[in-house]
Amino acid sequence: MEGGVAYEQGLNLKATELTLGLPGTGETEGQGGVRNNNKRPMPTSETNEEESQALKAADRGSTAPAAKAQIVGWPPIRSYRKNSLQAKKDNESEASGMYVKVSMDGAPYLRKIDLKVYRGYPELLKALEAMFKFAAGVYSEREGYKGSEYVPTYEDKDGDWMLVGDVPWDMFMSSCKRLRIMKGSEARGLGCGV
Amino acid sequence: MNYFPDEVLEHIFDFVGSHKDRNSVSQVCKLWYRIESYSRQTVFVGNCYAIGPERVAERFSGLKSITLKGKPHFADFNLVPPDWGGFVYPWIEAFARSRVGLEELRLKRMVVSDESLELLSRSFPNFKSLVLVSCEGFTTDGLAAVAAYCRQLKELDLQENDVEDHRGHWLSCFPESSTSLVSLNFACLKGDINLPALERLVARSPNLKSLRLSRAVPLDVLQRILIRAPQLLDLGVGSYLHDPDSENYNKLVTAIQKCKSVRSLSGFLDVAPHCLSAFHVICPNLTSLNLSYAPGIYDNELIKLIRHCHKLQRLWILDCIGDKGLEVVASTCKDLEELRVFPSDPYVGQAAVTEEGLVAISRGCQKLNSILYFCQQMTNAALITVAKNCPNFVRFRLCILDPTKPDAVTQQPLDEGFGAIVQACKGLKRLSLSGLLTDQVFLYIGMYAEQLEMLSIAFAGDSDKGMQYVLKGCKKLRKLEIRDSPFGNAALLMDVAKYETMRSLWMSSCEVTLGGCKALAKRMPGLNVEIINENDQMEFVGGCDDDRQKVEKMYLYRTLAGQRRDAPEFVWTL
Repeated sequence: MEGGVAYEQGLNLKATELTLGLPGTGETEGQGGVRNNNKRPMPTSETNEEESQALKAADRGSTAPAAKAQIVGWPPIRSYRKNSLQAKKDNESEASGMYVKVSMDGAPYLRKIDLKVYRGYPELLKALEAMFKFAAGVYSEREGYKGSEYVPTYEDKDGDWMLVGDVPWDMFMSSCKRLRIMKGSEARGLGCGV
Repeated sequence: MNYFPDEVLEHIFDFVGSHKDRNSVSQVCKLWYRIESYSRQTVFVGNCYAIGPERVAERFSGLKSITLKGKPHFADFNLVPPDWGGFVYPWIEAFARSRVGLEELRLKRMVVSDESLELLSRSFPNFKSLVLVSCEGFTTDGLAAVAAYCRQLKELDLQENDVEDHRGHWLSCFPESSTSLVSLNFACLKGDINLPALERLVARSPNLKSLRLSRAVPLDVLQRILIRAPQLLDLGVGSYLHDPDSENYNKLVTAIQKCKSVRSLSGFLDVAPHCLSAFHVICPNLTSLNLSYAPGIYDNELIKLIRHCHKLQRLWILDCIGDKGLEVVASTCKDLEELRVFPSDPYVGQAAVTEEGLVAISRGCQKLNSILYFCQQMTNAALITVAKNCPNFVRFRLCILDPTKPDAVTQQPLDEGFGAIVQACKGLKRLSLSGLLTDQVFLYIGMYAEQLEMLSIAFAGDSDKGMQYVLKGCKKLRKLEIRDSPFGNAALLMDVAKYETMRSLWMSSCEVTLGGCKALAKRMPGLNVEIINENDQMEFVGGCDDDRQKVEKMYLYRTLAGQRRDAPEFVWTL
């Protein structure tokens, strides 16, 4: 399903990418289990009056698919059952780790790391630096990574290549699909202040 | 009949089992009323606010077993705010004061405090059986009291309750002298369990027939328990995580082979799908299988398991079985009577089964009479086929995850499909609708569903006429619950006397106004008309403004007890 190939937004780096990575690494991965709608219902018990009214209005006479707004109390399954399924999903994802591929420009093969092992960006960057033998430079919001040829980037759920470090760690963990350590001139577009 | 001594009448009434029949018996004459009342041992109260506990104790002096239901059904789906009510404490207290010889208490959707469990355990020396379904408000401390003080306890059955888990020590509160346990179900508990205490308890309970474990009970303990209790009829596996090469697993295989009596299997709350083959040996004996809490069992492992279950009568499963899996069920489980297919990922809003699975089941399982089916889509053609294949439905509940979805092929409303169901299934007692539906489906229901007792409606209908068809046509209707449908005062007030023949009516997010509800309450003093006013949305002003104020949630029920005194602030009784 869609990781959403939003090439209109962001830098269209994929098309111009030169990488010595192994064949097939250009495909987006991890499509299998992802469904198209991971929205959660509101945890509160407030009635979503507006939504249910809107839904009623919308469906009268219209055959368009109803809005996937989360409706309170729908589907009608007992909260005990709902909670236990959710808890299971959480447990499973905790147990299995969050492995993402890491590529580095010029490296002959990719690596994989478990994002859950790291508590924040500093630890992650240190691990990457050790793994690929490079120095990332100093991060600042304004200038990105200063003082290095290498820039850590990641592909997010929408398919865009983002600079590692801009968003809160948890948000990064949930949206990061793979990492790429960019090198040199290509990296300049992401605000590398070299 | 006046010439017979009372004992003879009493003996005859002993053969009248169902509470409905006993209710009829008690209305024949004063003598029969009197005898029936003191000889009735099992009482069923479908709405705990319909009558007060003192009156029950007074009338049924021989009462030993009582079933109480509290909150409205839609409370299961978070439509009723917490603290709405349904407290069991007043009942236990009243029974204790009246010295009722209570032996069995069965509760559904009630608030049960630790205090009430403690009072229960100390007040009734012959107490034997506690069954709690979808209840809340208690902790494992309350369970400890029951374990410790109910010396004759035979049954402790906790189903899908929200229990606050303090410690696992409640199991060790069963005294060493306690050997009477027949049924123990603590699958819904989330915390740690005192495993040695559990093993000792099983070892000293030779009559244990039903045991459902929580996820805290690992495989090696399960294996030892099965060795001790090969006489089990009903087993709920807790955790089933193991290494297939381990000695524990081999021991388990041996233990399971000795359990020739197991007829009902459930649980697998934590499971790695390998090596379910250990259970294949008991599958041919199973009449009931509940894997609806085991999302870890799917695909081949699940299919292989099911292929061994030829005698299955009841199957509860997750939708990851898929349409193909349901075809396997259809060809294997020829005795199937009840099927429930639950959504494995309710948050995402996609189900893995469609109308095809349902049709396959209807073709293969001719004895099917009860179904709950959560699916991605449905068609009229499928429902018509199902109706033709299975005219014996007593309970038919369909839930399309997108609640207003039309026929997936023709884009038409599903009126004709459900119409076929009610027309063919002459014995239909319970029906839940979903999908795109107009007033037409209610016309069919009113016309054909003569035995219908409970109807659940969501996002359906076009006008008041829909609800009016139902109220006019369904003579045996007892419970009607409606949400998000365009039924207003005209429907509500069409036949107010009918509500006294019913247990309750729920309407939420419909078109009824405060004025309409007030009018109803005025004309029918024998009903409690309650408005749930969350978030202070409404004003109890009066006058013509009432007709502009739509009521978000209304729950009315017949009662002999008058307005309830424990209603919270946000509940108005009109």
